[in-house]
Order: sequence, then structure tokens, then C-alpha cells
Amino acid sequence: MRHIISVLMENEPGALSRVVGLFSQRNFNIETLNVAPTDDPTLSRLTLTTFGSDQVVEQITKQLNKLIDVVKLVDLTEGQHIERELMLVKVRASGAQRAEVKRTVDIFRGNIIDMTPSIYTMQIVGESDKLDGFLQALGGMHILEVVRTGVSGIARGEKTLSL
Amino acid sequence: MNTIEVYKVELLSGGEMIARFLKDEGVEYIYGYPGGAALHIYDALHRQSDVKHVLVRHEQAATHMADGYARATGKPGVVLVTSGPGATNTVTGIATAFMDSIPMVVICGQVMSYLIGEDAFQETDMIGVSRPIVKHSFSVKHPSEIPMILKKAFYIASSGRPGPVVVDIPKDMTMPNEKFEYSYPESVSLRSYTPPAKGHSGQIKKAVDLLLAAKRPMIYAGGGVIMGGGSELLTKLAQQLEYPVTNTLMGLGGYPGTDKQFVGMLGMHGSYEANQAMHHSDLILAIGARFDDRVTNDPDKFCPSAKIIHVDIDPASISKTIRADVPIVGPVIQVLEEMLSLIDDAPARSNKEAINSWWKQINEWRQVHGGRYDTTSEKIKPQAAVEACWRATNGDAFVASDVGQHQMFTAQYYKFAKPYRWINSGGLGTMGFGLPAAMGVKMNFPEETVVCVTGEGSIQMNIQELSTCLQYGLPVKILCLNNGYLGMVRQWQDMNYEGRHSNSYLDSLPEFKTLMDAYRHKYVEIRTKDELDAKMEEAFAMKDQLVFINCYVDPEEHVYPMQVPRGSMRDMFLSKTERT
Ligand SMILES: Cc1ncc(C[n+]2csc(CCOP(=O)(O)OP(=O)(O)O)c2C)c(N)n1
Ligand SMILES: [Mg+2]
Repeated sequence: MRHIISVLMENEPGALSRVVGLFSQRNFNIETLNVAPTDDPTLSRLTLTTFGSDQVVEQITKQLNKLIDVVKLVDLTEGQHIERELMLVKVRASGAQRAEVKRTVDIFRGNIIDMTPSIYTMQIVGESDKLDGFLQALGGMHILEVVRTGVSGIARGEKTLSL
Repeated sequence: MNTIEVYKVELLSGGEMIARFLKDEGVEYIYGYPGGAALHIYDALHRQSDVKHVLVRHEQAATHMADGYARATGKPGVVLVTSGPGATNTVTGIATAFMDSIPMVVICGQVMSYLIGEDAFQETDMIGVSRPIVKHSFSVKHPSEIPMILKKAFYIASSGRPGPVVVDIPKDMTMPNEKFEYSYPESVSLRSYTPPAKGHSGQIKKAVDLLLAAKRPMIYAGGGVIMGGGSELLTKLAQQLEYPVTNTLMGLGGYPGTDKQFVGMLGMHGSYEANQAMHHSDLILAIGARFDDRVTNDPDKFCPSAKIIHVDIDPASISKTIRADVPIVGPVIQVLEEMLSLIDDAPARSNKEAINSWWKQINEWRQVHGGRYDTTSEKIKPQAAVEACWRATNGDAFVASDVGQHQMFTAQYYKFAKPYRWINSGGLGTMGFGLPAAMGVKMNFPEETVVCVTGEGSIQMNIQELSTCLQYGLPVKILCLNNGYLGMVRQWQDMNYEGRHSNSYLDSLPEFKTLMDAYRHKYVEIRTKDELDAKMEEAFAMKDQLVFINCYVDPEEHVYPMQVPRGSMRDMFLSKTERT
């Protein structure tokens, strides 16, 4: 099963490499990963998605918790949560294709954020499935580049991951 | 009335802070080797006399010395090395300590901070190199951080599940003329690290209920019992319950190996009765042990009818390979104390009869193999050599081992009656560990008998330390079970490769006698069975001398019992011709 693990960790050099290293060292997989400082500059928030049986994910969270730099973590998929990913897509489009790109972007509630006579660059935000769907919908287009941020997420309601 | 407070501010350089901190932390010996990036620190050490530095001949040995000290005392061992090759030479020793959860602080010099990343002379990213084999690591960014970083390093290394901590110190953090305020940090707190202080009471109660109702219970105790200081309490619990106890390779001595309730070590080379009893038990109390693959054999076939209570300080050890029915995360001392008081208050037990027949069964199993070996052979059997060593040392020596058949024979035949006496690399299996580890023990217990049991293969992996022994007067006894082979490798080749001994014969062994002469140490040779005890006694009588006992043992001998690969606990070879 897919899990989204969100980690609050010390914003210190070396902390990220410890987290990432743990995954390769222990043969866990990372599907997506993103990390940035939080409103508290001493803390970073890292979100990763991984696939694994309950037992593997239990080990992942335990091993992460053991890292001294990890302050707190939560497996968001254990409760109600919201997840978002941002994607930038650059396509080559000319003539009639341009209208079609525009229409597809509208349907997926994306934005065109840059253009030239032959290029469109778009931004789409949503759950990873939606991003996949958008790429599929672009099927016939000449896609030049796809950039995804990886998932970030937050729990619904009162729950927070904070100190 | 106003009070005038006088603050005595001490200004020290980074190098001086290190020396001073170690003194304030109560460290007597550190083990290391100097070099460019560490020279300011070495100079500071030279200008004080509280902390004594032991100069090894290879940095790996420094880590094993510190490790041996840590295993014998439970306190963190301290290592000091320079950057680059000095630091990378410690990797095997750090990994050895990491695998066995041994507290250690390794201080590494580093190139000037402004050179980092430029491939400067003797620059190695030691934080990166050591990352998968440390509990944590620090790099110093400003000299004034040194006392607090070292305090944290010692705290992390020795609390919770212990482990090695690396502190990387760029040379410009230790400049002699740049002085900063020093005070010893009395306490430390880390918001992201709080080792468990107490096991869950509800779970402990549940565990005790299960224990009191068990019909075929087993206590499976590992190195965590020793390092957690819980040996005495565990012994009390086991004897109160009158339940059988098995120890892991790391846990030997955690329960007296001479006691009638002790059924021997378990696992790959465990006793027949320990492995059988584990397999058939209905309740396992696992404590300070981690169900590693050398214990469980095939995890899918592991102890089919047993419920499992697992007590450990590290939550990640629980249900990692074998699912626990009652997980308890906490310090062994606290958990055992709580268990004992619940047992005291419990009403009379109803399982007495079941326990009696369980013991009857176990005693029958004891007859099946019973640690037998061929005593009629002309040759000296390695088992007999270990037994002779046990007699010559009254079973009361510190025994540091190397890795191979000799290690297993020692684990099986040297009956450890006390904790902290059996010093061996269990998790990593590091050949070359034995001699420096024994030296680390001897340095700190000069009055005690310290033996290094080794093989002619292993001893050559850190044999340069004979020189350190001479310099510091470390009269350890080296018992070399000389079979002329990388015996453990040969055993596997006999069993799995139709006896093709690829590269397991050690041709061109040195004349150990000449070698000992060169280092001004003593040499005793044992070639025949009948001289075993007398020669052993002769060697151990030379209290103030390092003695190398070259004991020629049967090269054909195999270690048994040996679990059948991918079988259950009870599937074992009992000799070259018998299996269960
Ligand atoms: C550093 C290292 N290299 C290789 C091994 C693999 N190994 C395990 S036991 C062994 C043979 C040890 O030979 P010896 O020290 O003579 O002991 P014996 O088995 O003969 O008693 C070897 C090569 C190891 N454990 N450690
Ligand atoms: Mg050998």
C-alpha cells in the first residue's frame, strides 16, 4: 500500500542525507520526496511517499524515528488527509493543437504560465492521480519536459504535525 | 544586601576544550593516532596529564580497544584520530560497535573548514562515510560548540540503545590562539531524542500473566541485558520462576553459564537443547535480544507454537523480523523490576506440573548432544583447549575473542559466570577484533586475567598491536587455536563445496616464537594433548608478561551443533554424519 510519511526534522546540514540514506541502507523504497524549511527556521518538513506492507512501513517509521534529527513524524495515510503535488509541463504545440492544449488545461484547472509561438508551459496542482491523468489527456502532444514536486500533505481537521 | 557574584570564566582553545571536556566527563584513557588535522588536539593533550592517550599502531585497533573497554564496563570508549586515512581506518571498528550496540565516541580531525569540499590533502567526508554505521554524528562549526557537542555525543552514545557517535572537528576549530569561554555542560537535552524511560505497565502485566501461565516457557536473553545492567535482575527473575534460560552469542554471561537453569547458547551454533526448547516452547520471553538471522534460522519456521514477549529499549528491534505478541519498549532494569514485583504479588501458580515435565523434556534433550566432542582423538581438539583455558583461569577471566571456529568453541565451552566478561564481535564478525579488544580491557583492569582467544588467521589482522602491548605493558594472554586454516571458512567449504578449500589455507605462517622474541613477549607452544593443562598453567602463571600460547589443534574439527540452512530452530547437524 502507498503511504505518505510526513517528517518534522532539524533544519541542519546532514539531516536530509540521513533520511535518504536510511532508505537505501534498509532497502526501503522512496516514490516521491520533498523537503523545505517551515515557519520555524530551525525545522524542516519532509514528505515522502513509499510503498510497502504494513510491516515494512512500521519499520520505516520506527527507523526514521530513531534518527536523532527527526523530531516527529506522522503517516498521513493512517487518517484523513489532503495531499497535493505540483507539476510543470512543457509541450510543443502549433496550429489547432494550441486550442486543444488550452482546453485540456482548463478542464484540469491548470494554468498556462509561459508561452512562445510554438511552446506552452503549464502548471497543474492536485493529487498525484490527477497529474497522471493530465499527462494521459495530453496523449497526442509532443511533451518536452515534465517536472513534479512530489507529494506534500497535511492532516484534515484539528490534527497537526508540530512541536 | 547585594551579593556580588563572581564568574570564573575560563578561556580555552578548541583543542584544550577537548582535553578538558574529556577530563570533566571522567574519561581516563583515549585510544588514537595523530596526524596533521589532529595536531592541535594532540598538543593540548600533551600539556595536561589527566586524560591519558594510548598510541596504537593502526587506527582500527584504537576503535577495538575503546570497544573492549566499553564492553567490559558499559561506559563509552573514546577514540581520537586524524582526518582522511586516520578516519577511514576506524570504519571497521565503528561498524563493529554499531552492530553490537556498543557506546563509543570517535573524534576525528578534519581539514580546515574553508578547505572542505575542495579535495584538500587528507580530506574525507567522514560524516558521509560513517553515516550508515553510527548512531549519530556531529561536525563542529565553531570552537565554542565543542563542549556541548561532545556532551551530546557522550549522552547519545551511552543512553537508550547505545552506539558509536562520530565527531568531526576541522583543524581551524582547534587553533591554539583562538580561545573561547569553556564550561562543562552539566546536562543536555535534545528535543528530538528521548530514550524510553519506562515500559508500558499494561503490557508488563500482560507479560507476567502469560509467564505465570506458560507450560513450556523459555527466556531468551541477549546482549541488551548486559549492556542495560540487567543481568542480576534477569537471573533473579529466572530463578524465581525456575524457567530455562538461553543466551545469545552477545548475551553470554548475562545469566550464569554454570547454573543448572542455563541451557546454553541458541542459534546457528547453539546447543541442541536450547534450540529444541526454543522450537517447542509455548512462550518466549525475549529480552535485550533482536531475533537476528543467526538466531532464528528461517523466520517462517521459527518457533511455531510460541507466543512472544519482546522487551527492548529500541522500538525498531521489536517486530522487525519476528512479530511480538507483547511488545515492551523500555530499559531492562525497570521492566524486570516491575515484572518481579508483579510476580511477588501473584497468587500461587498453577503451572508447576507443566514446568516439571518441561524440565524433564529439556533434560532428555541435554543427553542427546550435550556438547560432546571426540575425546579419544590423538590430536588436541579445540574444545579441549578452551576447557583447559577455562580451568587455568578458574572460569573467571575476561575473554576477548576473534572470529572463526575458535570464537564459537569459546562461546560454547568457556562457561561465563558473570556479565561483561565475554568480549566478542557478534554482529559484524570482525576478524582482528580480539587482540585490541583484550588490550582495552587489560588497560582498565590491570589486576584481572585477560585472554584473547584467536586463530592464526585472525591474529594476523591486528598483530601490529604487539608493539602497543610492549609500550604500555599490557600482559594479555593470547591463546591461538592454530589449525593452520581459516577454519570457519574451511568448515563451510567442507559442508557446501565438496571440500574444495579455496584460499582457506594459510600458507607461510610466521614463526610466532621469533615474532614474540622480536617484540620481547613470551611464547608457549602446545603440541600434544597431555601437555595441555600444564602448559596452559605455565602461560597463565606469567602474570606480568604477554604470552602467546600457540596451541596446535585438529584442523579437521567442525563446530557443532550447526543449524541446517533455512530450516527451523531445531533442524541441526550434530556431527559430520548426524543431523536431526
Ligand atoms: C575481516 C574479516 N574478513 C573475513 C571474514 C570471514 N571469516 C570468518 S571466520 C574466518 C576464518 C578465521 O580463521 P582463523 O582466525 O584462523 O580462525 P579459525 O576459524 O581457524 O578458528 C574468515 C575468513 C571475517 N569474519 N572478518
Ligand atoms: Mg585457523
